[in-house]
Order: sequence, then structure tokens, then C-alpha cells
Amino acid sequence: MSAIRAEKTRITAADATPPGVVIDCRIDKIYYGDFVAVRDSHIPIEKGKITSFIGPSGCGKSTVVRCLNRMNDLIKGFRFEGRVRFYDQDVYAPDVDPVIVRRHMGMVFQQPNPFSMSIFDNVAFGLRLNRYKGNLAERVEHALRRAALWDEVKDKLKTNGLSLSGGQQQRLCIARAIATEPMVVLMDEPASALDPIATRKIEELMVELKQKYTIALVTHNMQQALRVADKTAFFSVDISQDGRTGYLVEFGDTRQIFEDPKEQLTQEYIRGEFS
Amino acid sequence: MTTRPDLLESMKGAKRFDLKRSFWEPRSLRSLLLSIGAWIVALIASVPLISVLYMLIVRGGRRLNWEVLTELPPAGFEEGGGFGNAIVGTLVMVGIGGLISIPFGILAAIFLAELGPDSQIANAARFCAKTLTGLPSIIAGVFAYAILVLVTGTYSAPAGGMALALLMLPTVVLTAEEALKMVPQNMKNAAFGMGCTHSQVVSKIVFPTALPGILTGVMLAVARASGETAPLLFTALFSNFWLFENGRAELMAPTASLSVLIFNFSGMPYENQIELAWAASLVLVLLVLVFNSLSRIIGRSRI
Amino acid sequence: MKRFEQFSASDAISGPPSKADYWVDRSFRTVTHLCAWLILAIVIALLWQIGEKAIPAIRDYHLGFLTSAVWDANKDQFGILAEIWGTLYSSILGLIIGGFFGVVMAIFLTQDFLPPLLAAFFRTIVELLAAIPSVVYGLWGIFVVVPVLRPVANWLNETLGWIPLFSTTLSGPGLLPAALVLAIMILPTIAAVSQDALRLVPYRTKEAAYGLGTTRWEAILRVLLPTASAGIFGALVLGFGRALGETMAVAMLIGNSNQITLSLFSPANTLAALLALNFPEAGKVEVRALMYAALVLLLITLLVNMLGTALMHRTSKALGVKTR
Repeated sequence: MSAIRAEKTRITAADATPPGVVIDCRIDKIYYGDFVAVRDSHIPIEKGKITSFIGPSGCGKSTVVRCLNRMNDLIKGFRFEGRVRFYDQDVYAPDVDPVIVRRHMGMVFQQPNPFSMSIFDNVAFGLRLNRYKGNLAERVEHALRRAALWDEVKDKLKTNGLSLSGGQQQRLCIARAIATEPMVVLMDEPASALDPIATRKIEELMVELKQKYTIALVTHNMQQALRVADKTAFFSVDISQDGRTGYLVEFGDTRQIFEDPKEQLTQEYIRGEFS
Repeated sequence: MTTRPDLLESMKGAKRFDLKRSFWEPRSLRSLLLSIGAWIVALIASVPLISVLYMLIVRGGRRLNWEVLTELPPAGFEEGGGFGNAIVGTLVMVGIGGLISIPFGILAAIFLAELGPDSQIANAARFCAKTLTGLPSIIAGVFAYAILVLVTGTYSAPAGGMALALLMLPTVVLTAEEALKMVPQNMKNAAFGMGCTHSQVVSKIVFPTALPGILTGVMLAVARASGETAPLLFTALFSNFWLFENGRAELMAPTASLSVLIFNFSGMPYENQIELAWAASLVLVLLVLVFNSLSRIIGRSRI
Repeated sequence: MKRFEQFSASDAISGPPSKADYWVDRSFRTVTHLCAWLILAIVIALLWQIGEKAIPAIRDYHLGFLTSAVWDANKDQFGILAEIWGTLYSSILGLIIGGFFGVVMAIFLTQDFLPPLLAAFFRTIVELLAAIPSVVYGLWGIFVVVPVLRPVANWLNETLGWIPLFSTTLSGPGLLPAALVLAIMILPTIAAVSQDALRLVPYRTKEAAYGLGTTRWEAILRVLLPTASAGIFGALVLGFGRALGETMAVAMLIGNSNQITLSLFSPANTLAALLALNFPEAGKVEVRALMYAALVLLLITLLVNMLGTALMHRTSKALGVKTR
């Protein structure tokens, strides 16, 4: 596993995050080997809201979201400088186990990736992993219902999850992620591999889910961000040096970002996308 | 005025531009000859196999009956007899070889594919496994002789099994590694994202998904081991008696095997023994083919 | 590690992995790590065991062992020159025949000469050739190859006997039948590895050749084979390695005779056959000499195999294909 350099921070009063912020992500630099993928970005993710990450491809928006639950630790050469505060703890503190971090943040990936097992077992996976003692079937049904998939699969819970359509697979993955009631759900372009109808279902689902969960959403689809997100972080890519380094240009309410962007770059990008 | 010769020129060219295939042109003739040559080579290459199969079915099949499968090998001048003890011996020794090499090989493959694929030890182990693939089978016998026969002071089934294990190991390791690496990163990410430890990712997701591929390699290794003779010659030797008698297993004694029986009988001047050698060959080839087809069927059932 | 707990929603299920989970994780990693080390250890043990057991013989016979052609257990005189010669001679013969057939077969199977059904048929034949055990080839050699070859060989000896290759008659076992069976046995290896090498040639390379108006065979001979040449050479080297170490069929067919001869029809011996035939009844002194011979065989095959593997690695690297 890659070496992670993170200052061991004791959070002081002066440092305190605004109330309601679940994850406070301050990135100084993210490295892949020698190459700086993302630099100087600060995104606070607020409780019960959808925060979307937008920007041109290669701007590192996925990298940022994947560093919140330390998925990037699995990539060779990954190095993180900065701090991700999850409530009052630093996710990158040396004594933190990434496995535990990931148990508290559900994740939904770009490609639907159900396990090659039954629908029921897919959803029950996390429950069993955490040695859930209660009524498994009830929990599974609950999660599937909230993922708006229950009616479609209730009669075939024993069939393999891979036999579902792409849109259903992705909703199954969402059900799998929320079955353990995580505090945050990270979604990395969850609809990019799906057709427009399936995409709309996922979007409705996200709005539904934010009643209960905090959601971080990476998307390349501006309309999607506009439709569902409360807050939006716009990233851009800096190709001045030999590498391509992404960085945060502007962060704010989605409305404000789309209708009244403060930064020139944001204006140009949004105008370009909508014209 | 100037265009006229050009036109003529281009019309001359038009004849040469004929797009139809010309049979007698040297290059198409040569192509044809080479293709015929390739066909002939392929047909010649099939002759030995057809001849072997023919001999096995005709000469081996003639003698194959219940008696040869259940009786003990005859002495030189005797009629009748069979090789029941050799079938048992082969199965037992392949079993011992599998018990040693399969778990050990799969665990090593898990390290090579998942837990430490880029570590130096993984590279060294991978290199060693590849080198072992080309190990002459007789050397495996010499090794087992050195570490087991010389130490225990007797030829035995475990010594034979040990030699076979050494030959099975590289196949198991390398095919299992390939199969484990085929598991999509996507699926592994999902498991990591749920908060699995690396071992949990392997045991709950990666291993079950790769299982058909792993079994394919295991079956191939078993098939190869069942046909081996050289490693058994001076580790298990041969025996004219049953491995299990009166409910007791005489494991620490010379043990019969089909392949060594074929070798021993092939050089004997008695027609009875030679017939038995052919019948044993048929049984051995069938055994090998069963494991081979199992490996293919499992391989095909992969998602 | 329980620190996240306090912020969980009241119905949260997520918790840290249990102590047992961590224990299992650690032990599982350790065990697999050990298994990887063990593979390395086995190879070292193999070299060490055989090397150590060969030391007395190395001390007694030095390198003279390699240059003497006497093997006489009664006089305790041992040398393996004849076996080295026989091993190389039979393997090279086998390689020439098996290599030619194997490479042509690989071209035949990869370059769309056949409708799918026939291709599957020939592929099965090659795979079955690989599946037949060595000892069965030996038996087949004794009862089919030798009788078929004998009249041909003896006719060649009568008419062309002045050529050293045909200077003796074939009375039974001999070099040629052994080499023929070796060729059959290494054909599948060579065909399979060459097929891989040919398939690694990118389609666009082939397309470029066809685009220049080459016939199929011109494309194969001028573009495909040169591009895949390192891989095919690697296949030949691996096949050669296999032939060097092949034991049973050769032991049954080569005649087990300690002589150095050019004649294709005279009996000879190989290192592997020497081990197979002499080990079971060897006394203490002979076992030491056999261990020395085993060491020599082991080192030769290891060298040849590493060379073959390295060559194949180079092709795939040169063609930009990632192999690990």
C-alpha cells in the first residue's frame, strides 16, 4: 500500500468547521507517483445535501471523491497531502484504518459492479460483513425499496445480480451501499454508463435519498448537477506544466454556480456547455 | 498531340491492370503450392495421433475387461492377471500430489495475483514457477528420491506423490494466478468500497469468481501428473501387491502405478504382458482425457 | 478505532471489522506470503539437494566426468560424454522435425486457412498430442515406429551406407525412432507457443501488408513471421528444453547404449534415460555419479528454459503487449 503523508492534526477550536459539515476536505496535493493529479482544493460537504463535482474530463473530480474514503490507497504511487476531516477526525491520520473509513462511507461506482451472487446476497453483503444480528430479510427489503428496485426484483431475489439490466444493476449497487446505513454515500458518475431513462430514475432516487444521507456526486453531466445538486464544486485542469493538474475553481450553491458564476473559467465552461 | 502517346501508354497499362486472378502467375502459383504444403504438413502431423489412438483402441481394447481392472499383475510366464493395484496406486499418488500442491499452489497464487503482486518475492516466485514448468520430470524424481527415499529408507507412495506434487505445482500456481487476475477490478473496488479487508475481498469476491479458472488449471495439473512415469520409477518403484490389504494401507512400501507398469511390461518378452501394457495404456489415456475434458468443461462454464 | 461510532446515525450498522476479522486478515496474508516464499525455497532446495548429493562425485571425477564416455558400475568408472552427445543429438533432430511441423501448424491454425469446424478439429489434435503420456508414446514407438522404420532404414544403409548418418542398420531401438517420437512430443509445445506469438502480431500490421497488395503467403513470410520471430524462436528454445529433459519415451526407444555415433540408426543414450534406467538398481557409488549427471541435466535444461522464457518476454515487450 502506498505511503501516505498526512500531518497528524488535532482539531482545535480555531480550526473548527462550520456546523453541518460532515466532511471537510482540504487538499494540498494528490500525487500519483511524481505526477500531481490535484492541488489546492477545499470542499466542505454538508449534511443532508447533494454536493456535485463537475468539470472537464481529467480535472481530478473522481480522484477527489475517491480520496474521501481512501479508495485511492489501492492505487500504486498514490500520495495525499492535506486533510480530510470526517466529523472531528482526520481520515488520513496515521492510526486510521482505511477499511473502517470505507465502512462508514458507501460508494457507488461509474460502472455498475454487482457481485456475481444473488440479488439478496448482494444487498446483504455489507450487513453480513458487519455481522448484523437483526432481521436480514427486512433490511434487504428496506434497502431495495429505498433504491426503488424492490417491485422489480421482489420475485427473483435468488437470481444473480449480474442478470439485471444496467440501470437495475446500478440501483442494486445503490441498495447495497445504503443497506448498512452509512453516513455518507459517494457516487462516482453513477449514471454515465446508463441510458436516459435509467439515468432519470437514478436522479430521482438521489433526491429521495438525500433526506437521509449526505451525498457526494461526481458527474460529467452539467444538467444532472443542476437538477439534483444543492452545492457544486467546479474543477478545472491546469496543463501549464508537463502534467495535468486539477484544482478547484469555484465552490458554492448550485444555483449560484450556474447562474452567477464568480470566476471567469466557470463562466466560460458553463456557457460552453449550454450553448 | 502530346496526349496521344500518353493515352496509348495508359491503354497499354489497362491490360496489365486486369483485376482478374491469373492462375498461372508465379506468385499465385507459389501461394497455392504453399497452401497445399501447409495442408500436407497438418495432415502428416495428425497421423501419429490417429495411429496411437488406433493402436490403443485395437490392441488395448481387445484385452480390456473386468478382470484386468481388478486383478494383480501376473508373473512372467503366467496367463491372465490385470493391473487393479496399479490403478489404485496411480490414483492414490496423484491424490497425494494434489493434496500437497493444490492448496499450497493456490495460496501462493493469491499472493502473486492479489496480496503482493509487485513485491520482489512475488517476482522471484513467479520466475521460479515458470522455471519449474520446464523441469524435466525425471529431476522431480531425483529430488523426491534425495529428500524422501534416502531419508525414510524405503520406496513409497508419499515419495511418488511428492515428486508428482513438484510437477503439478507450477501449473497450479500459474493458471490460478492468471484466473485470479481476470477478476474485474470493478468488482474488487465494490468490495473494498464496502469496507472489506483485503483478505475479505479475496475470500468473498475474488476467489469465488476465479474458481472455475483455478479448477481448470488444477484439472490440467492432475491430468499431466496421472500420466507421469519418470518421477515414479525410483520413488514409488513398483509392486505386485495391493496398496490396501485387510483394511490396512501399506503406504510406506513400494507402490504400483499404471505408467510404471506399462514401462515394465513393454520390455518383457511375453505376449500376455504386452497385451496388458496396451490395455493399461488405454486406461491411462482415458484417465488423462477425463481430467482434461473436466478441465475444459469447467473452463467453458466460466462467466 | 471505534472513534467514528459516536456520529453514526442511530440505526447505523457499520462498525469496524472485529478482532477476529483482523486476525484472519493478518494470518491469511502471512500464510500466502509464506507460500510464495516456499516456491522460491523449493527451487533452492532442489538445486541444493541434488548439488550436495553430487559433491562426492564431483570431487572424485571432476570435469573428466563430462569428457569420458565410460559408464561401468563394476569398475566404478563413470563419464557422461556419450549421454551428453546423445541428448543433444536426439534433441536437435527432434527439434528440427518437431519445430518445422509445429511452426507450420501454428501458421495453419492462426492464419484463417480453415473453416471454424476444421480448425477446431486440428486444434484438438494438437491438444490431444500433448495429452498422451510419454510412456504411451514409448510403447507405441516400440510396436509401431520401429517396425515401420526398420525396412526404410536398412534400405538407406544398404544404398547410402557411405554417408555417416546411415552407417549402421536399425536393429531395434535407436536414435531416429527416439528423435521422431521426441518431435511428436514437442510439437504441441512449439505449436502452442508459436500460435501465441503469431496472435500477438497486431491486426493492423497484417492489414498494412495486405494493403500493399501482398498475397496471403507473402504477408505471412515477409511480415508476420519476421515480426513474431523472437517469439517463435522462444517457442523453439522451449521445445528444445522439453526435448532435453524428456525421459520415458526416449528411454524406451533409444537403446541405452554408451556410444558416440553419427548414425541415425544406431542405439545411443541420453542423460534422462541414463537416470531413469540406472537409478532403481544403482549402488551407493553409482547413485553419486547419477546425482552428478542429474545436476548436469538440471543445469542444462534450466539454462535453455530461462533463455526461451526471456525471448518470449522480449517479443511481447517489443510488440508493446503487457505481460507479467
